[in-house]
Amino acid sequence: MTEHGQGPAAPQRIHRKRVVLAGGNSPVSVLRARGEVEQQTSMGELLVRNLIRAQLRVALGLAAIVTVLFGAIPLLSVFLPAFNHATLLGVPLPWLLLGVLAFPVLFAAGYVYNRMAERNERDFVDMVEN
Amino acid sequence: MELNPWAIAGMAAVGLFTFWLGHASSRSAVSTPDFLVARRAVRARRNAAALAGEYLSAASFLGIAGLVLSDGAGALWYPVGFTAGFLAVLLFVAAPLRRSGAYTLPDFAEARFGSRRLRGLCAVFVLLVCYLYLIPQLQGAGMVLSYVLPVPTWVGAIVVIAVVVVNVLGGGMRTATLVQAAQYWIKLFAIAAPTFVLCLVFFIARPDHAERLDAARTPTFTADTTVHVQTTVRMTVQETTPVAAEGRIDNVAAHSGMVLTKGVHTVDKGTTLRFPEGTSVPAVGSAKSANSDWLRFGGGQDAVEAYSLMFALFLGAVGLPHVLARFYTSPDGRAARRTVLHVLALLGAFYVFPTVLGALSRLYVPELMVTGRADVAVLDLPGAMLSSMTGQILTGVLAAGAFAAFLATSSGLLVSLSGVISTEVLTGRVRDFRWAAVLCGIIPLAAAIALRPSEITVGVGMAFALAASTFAPLLLLGIWWRKLTVAGAATGIVLGGILVLGAFTLSIVSGYTGGWAPALVRQPALLSVPVVFLVVLLVSRATKQQPQAEVNAIFLRLHAPDPLGLTRDRDTERFGPPRDQGRKPLRGGRHRRQ
Repeated sequence: MTEHGQGPAAPQRIHRKRVVLAGGNSPVSVLRARGEVEQQTSMGELLVRNLIRAQLRVALGLAAIVTVLFGAIPLLSVFLPAFNHATLLGVPLPWLLLGVLAFPVLFAAGYVYNRMAERNERDFVDMVEN
Repeated sequence: MELNPWAIAGMAAVGLFTFWLGHASSRSAVSTPDFLVARRAVRARRNAAALAGEYLSAASFLGIAGLVLSDGAGALWYPVGFTAGFLAVLLFVAAPLRRSGAYTLPDFAEARFGSRRLRGLCAVFVLLVCYLYLIPQLQGAGMVLSYVLPVPTWVGAIVVIAVVVVNVLGGGMRTATLVQAAQYWIKLFAIAAPTFVLCLVFFIARPDHAERLDAARTPTFTADTTVHVQTTVRMTVQETTPVAAEGRIDNVAAHSGMVLTKGVHTVDKGTTLRFPEGTSVPAVGSAKSANSDWLRFGGGQDAVEAYSLMFALFLGAVGLPHVLARFYTSPDGRAARRTVLHVLALLGAFYVFPTVLGALSRLYVPELMVTGRADVAVLDLPGAMLSSMTGQILTGVLAAGAFAAFLATSSGLLVSLSGVISTEVLTGRVRDFRWAAVLCGIIPLAAAIALRPSEITVGVGMAFALAASTFAPLLLLGIWWRKLTVAGAATGIVLGGILVLGAFTLSIVSGYTGGWAPALVRQPALLSVPVVFLVVLLVSRATKQQPQAEVNAIFLRLHAPDPLGLTRDRDTERFGPPRDQGRKPLRGGRHRRQ
């Protein structure tokens, strides 16, 4: 808010500032958050490794499920003509699977991942803080 | 083509709305952080709408329906792949990338490896991916504008680039967020409303000429149809078809009263074909001529193409520069993840509609398959199904949505592109960013006008293949594998670039010389992605590792949960802590105004 009753305020001098986004000459190490990390003991290091492994396991597991689900479709349709020619409620199965059902499946996979990843992180934070 | 006032009004409205929104919100973009990263305080839901708005390009809005019209079930891999790519982003990239504090891909490369040379290499490939992605957008824009206005195709490309550049000059990222979010909703409305109306018309009217799609025959012309072939095409004719032609067919001058025998014919650019009512529609290029083939997945080449698409699209979204820049506007890693989850829902809601429109076009406008311009199917459909007035209004709505798609994607690409160029090549000031935006717009514009247009979606598929073969290994392995080395990452990027750009060149040549290229050349990811990953693994094993302590520090920062506060943002280091975060997160990812 501006102050009242002081007449026209003296214009504040705004200094021209040169803004650099990515370092032209700055040392590379600026980005490495060493300070915080150096406080980590080897115990902390182990915890982090476990966290990363747990997160990767969840991600790879879900990716594998989704890949198998979708990857099976072209194979099935080549080797199992009945699959390719099946219809459900008058809609051919390929269209139903890829046109409609694929999207809820993808969202569900994302939802499950989000919950599990957040739980892993919560456990980690609890462990570190206790 | 004929003049459609509704379409022009719709497109003008979208353009003006973009300007207005950009102008109104650019007044609040006062500082450089505002300009570039929107102060990292964008809420998950709006950020997701912006991400989806940026991502749903002309390939999604027009291209998918066009491909469904000609290729049928096989084309359904595109919408699925475009969505599944974001699942990969969510599972492997979103949160760690946000926590790395990198704004662009080169930033990430430097944050992970501390290598300035790798940074430069990444910048070059960001440029290539963006160009490859922009070219089909601009060509599509030209096609749409020449569809609703009697202007040559290059006009549309120039209009889109001009609107985007002016807007980017105005407000940068903060403007972009709001505009892109609005454009998602415009696009969703513009495709959903006409689809509902047209479906209703289809179920009520059930016109007699709409023979059942599962019949084992080809679609037939619903009336005497004159087709102007605008690009040289290969035409597969199923049964002997009488045609009155003017121009050149199979390198022989055509004449009226010709008969196209069963088989493949080459029809030259500029030829006019007149098919009588009731004759079967020939298929162009890889299109499926018989409805029974169209309705089901094919074997052989089609299966190869499906797997190749899966590789390209599932992994390609991971490496798209304009998608990655979006994470930086989230407050923290967890918000980035939530953003992507929202995106999955938004994309799923959108992608149901182009498929329906594509299937309807097979019934009502099969003649588009002959012209080699199936991409305008979405715009042509309402006119074929409804009386002139209503049809024109719906076409207008759809054209406006398509225009929003061109604008949103092009400006997203241009913002990230000029962000990279201005920081890598120029000095990184806002003024440079603006110059970079102008410069970056010119080259793809020239390429879009010079190159022969192919299907939009196929062109975009190539951009995804390039991203999947260059940046996906860098990001996926860089985030999860401690032993990735600079040499490994660099080799992967160069090799992936050579493979995909080589295939791209081949497919352009093949396009000019009769389309002989096999599926693997049109979509090389099935080969290039595994090869690149393998080479990256091998080279990384063979070269000198980064010091263990350094890698540990980086991995801790990438993966440590946000409450520990280890994230370091580039702009916080340079500009000091943000003065006004705007909103403070509550527990459970909700946010509240301060």
